[in-house]
Amino acid sequence: MELDPLILSRIQFAFTISFHILFPSFTVGLACWIALLEALWVGTGKGIYRSLSEFWTRIFALSFGLGVVSGIVMSYQFGTNWSRWSDTVGNVLGPLIQYEVVTAFFLEAAFLGIMLFGRDRVPRGIHLMAACLVALGTLLSSFWILSANSWMHTPAGFEIRDGRYFVTDWWQVVFNPSFPYRLAHMVTAMFLTTSFVVAGISAFYLLTRRHFDHAKLGLSMALALITVLAPLQIFLGDEHGLNTLEHQPAKIAAMEGNWEGGPRAPLILFGIPDVEKETNHWEVGIPALSSLILTHDFDGSVPGLKQFPVDERPDPRIIFWTFRLMVGIGFLMLAVAVVHLVLRFRGRLYGSDWFFRVLVGCMPIGFIAILAGWFTTEIGRQPWVVYGHMRTADAVTPSLTTEAALISLLSFVVAYAIIYGAGTYYLIRLLRIGPTHVHDAKQPPEAQRPKRPLSATDQSIEPAE
Amino acid sequence: MQEIAEGSLLTLIWVGIVGFAVFMYVLMDGFDLGIGILYPFAPTEEDRDTMMNTVAPVWDFNETWLILGGAGLFAAFPIAYAVVLPAMYIPLLVMLIALIFRGVAFEFRFKARAGRHWWNRSFFFGSLLATFAQGVILGSFIQGIPVEGRQFVGGMLHWLSPFALFCGAMLVVGYALLGATWLIWRTIGPLQDWCYRMARGLMLVVLAGVAVVSLWTPFLLPQIAERWFSMPNMIFLSPVPIVTAVLAFALWRAIDNSREVAPFVLSMALFALSYLGLAISLWPHLIPPGVTVWEAASPPETQVFLLVGMAFLIPSILGYTAYSYWVFRGKVTGSFGYH
Repeated sequence: MELDPLILSRIQFAFTISFHILFPSFTVGLACWIALLEALWVGTGKGIYRSLSEFWTRIFALSFGLGVVSGIVMSYQFGTNWSRWSDTVGNVLGPLIQYEVVTAFFLEAAFLGIMLFGRDRVPRGIHLMAACLVALGTLLSSFWILSANSWMHTPAGFEIRDGRYFVTDWWQVVFNPSFPYRLAHMVTAMFLTTSFVVAGISAFYLLTRRHFDHAKLGLSMALALITVLAPLQIFLGDEHGLNTLEHQPAKIAAMEGNWEGGPRAPLILFGIPDVEKETNHWEVGIPALSSLILTHDFDGSVPGLKQFPVDERPDPRIIFWTFRLMVGIGFLMLAVAVVHLVLRFRGRLYGSDWFFRVLVGCMPIGFIAILAGWFTTEIGRQPWVVYGHMRTADAVTPSLTTEAALISLLSFVVAYAIIYGAGTYYLIRLLRIGPTHVHDAKQPPEAQRPKRPLSATDQSIEPAE
Repeated sequence: MQEIAEGSLLTLIWVGIVGFAVFMYVLMDGFDLGIGILYPFAPTEEDRDTMMNTVAPVWDFNETWLILGGAGLFAAFPIAYAVVLPAMYIPLLVMLIALIFRGVAFEFRFKARAGRHWWNRSFFFGSLLATFAQGVILGSFIQGIPVEGRQFVGGMLHWLSPFALFCGAMLVVGYALLGATWLIWRTIGPLQDWCYRMARGLMLVVLAGVAVVSLWTPFLLPQIAERWFSMPNMIFLSPVPIVTAVLAFALWRAIDNSREVAPFVLSMALFALSYLGLAISLWPHLIPPGVTVWEAASPPETQVFLLVGMAFLIPSILGYTAYSYWVFRGKVTGSFGYH
């Protein structure tokens, strides 16, 4: 593969958005969880809710900061590296991005300040409202950006004049065919991701016999949510897949690793797709199961890659695997939910060290599944940037040189390695320290205010030299 | 005719909105970037804590205006977004990387102990380079961007020129002035005294810089010279330099008389006047020297769709911004939080 501005820009986009997406994936669910804890604190006056909320708010602040700085990069990268795309679709997608900024970003940023530093400066109700508005902001942000992304998969409500796109129906643009499915699938994924982190951290405290009350509360709430969402997510994923079958059949063929297509197609469990020979090596499949899953009929006909012109086929070599990874994690999540139910009914939820170890091990699976899913859907859209209308190769900035693209890619790699390395280090330290005790509201409130606003902790979290 | 007139009004409104967003960004991130620029020169480490605390609750909010400016261009003037950003590829890269290092310093610095000096540096160099890059972008934007077939056609170093570098240096001083006067307002004691001293020196450099840029710009582009120095424009536009001189004098007096709020307000007013002068120079071009706002505007259906939401959202954003600043009003002292 030769390095040119196109491939370098694609790698840069994939790199920066993959790091960026980790934070929204976590903070959307976390913001809602914090808002819930704040509501419980205001409602019951029990100190444990407040101290748990303050603990997770510290984690949230750090993650949110990393999300903000990596997000600014995204909003400029469209123009710097994909200027043809920007000019062509600006009339359609610009407003969606703009609405994300004015409905979500400002809301989050303004009320995050109050949520982090304002507890002693505003009435309790306002503080709760700030937490709720931050959560609302994160959800609105997901709404707009997923709408814009979905439009590029299933464009609708526009016409092309002089090579540029003009909107004919905004409703169809925003609620384009794949948007409801993608939104439901992604938001559920984000809540699952947060739940697995909360469950994992709580299990870690239970394993190390610390913060027992906080950990029990966190574990119980997170697992309850997982039990509802894990099966729901499998259902939503299936629905999303059927929607993709309808609108992007070539992507389905690549995900399934299916070259021939047609009725009674096998579900391929293992195989090494070979693009040159248009076949899979060492294929292991279950006969007719793919047809059954995709069409709900053994004799149903499914798409195969050979049905599409060579220059309109997505490359199956990566997404065949990322798709399986995502689905595998989905079923792992379901298994955790089932085991949790069994343990809870036997009354052994808080006494099973082996299950805690499983949960600690499962902490990153939500992130992995989200990345795998996005790799699947985005690589599966290729060679199109706007599906069926504009090729990725025609979207890149014409003036961009290979040297400049290489410099920017390397700069981002180095910067992110430093920032994310340090961020992970401080996050782990925060998690190791754990929640601090807060009295119930009826007892005299502690007089001490956080001394330094950004870290609500009273001391640096790094050990002294 | 009727249809064109309506489209023009919409475009004018959008010029106003995007212009407002960019100006809000310059003012609001200006003072907190300025604090980063002054940061290593502060008398003590406690002062540095205080300086950071004065903007900790609002910095990411301030930076959101930058995204609004970018997204506003993308939506309302897609061609400007598609031309200006590739033309500024390298300075934008510097700005983005610098903003990353500066932004995370807010979070990391207070959590670090042994590593704190690294985040101090990250905050300073991040603020400095981000500001410098913004100034360079401004300068090379004024000088003009070659466009062909709706795309930028210059080289990757097209932005590089003495004028652009000078603008970069001047913006550093300008933001430092905003930062110093903000700190005069929000701090007390020795730190405030230090800020008065800094503000006085910075102001002189800023005024000299404004004068140099104002005289240099007409030499660069004849159309700008004609805008300002032809009759009757010269008479109509004369209030701009006159008001600037009056503001500069008022700022000098305010610092001399140890006023607390006035220096910040007057510094912002100086920025507003410079911004106005720039707008007068460039109008009606959105991408100098060739593309006007009318040519760059997105179609009415796009502008209307956005405007419906903006009419309601921008006022509410300003409302809760005001509320947030009000919540965190008052002096910030030492490392003992807000009082």
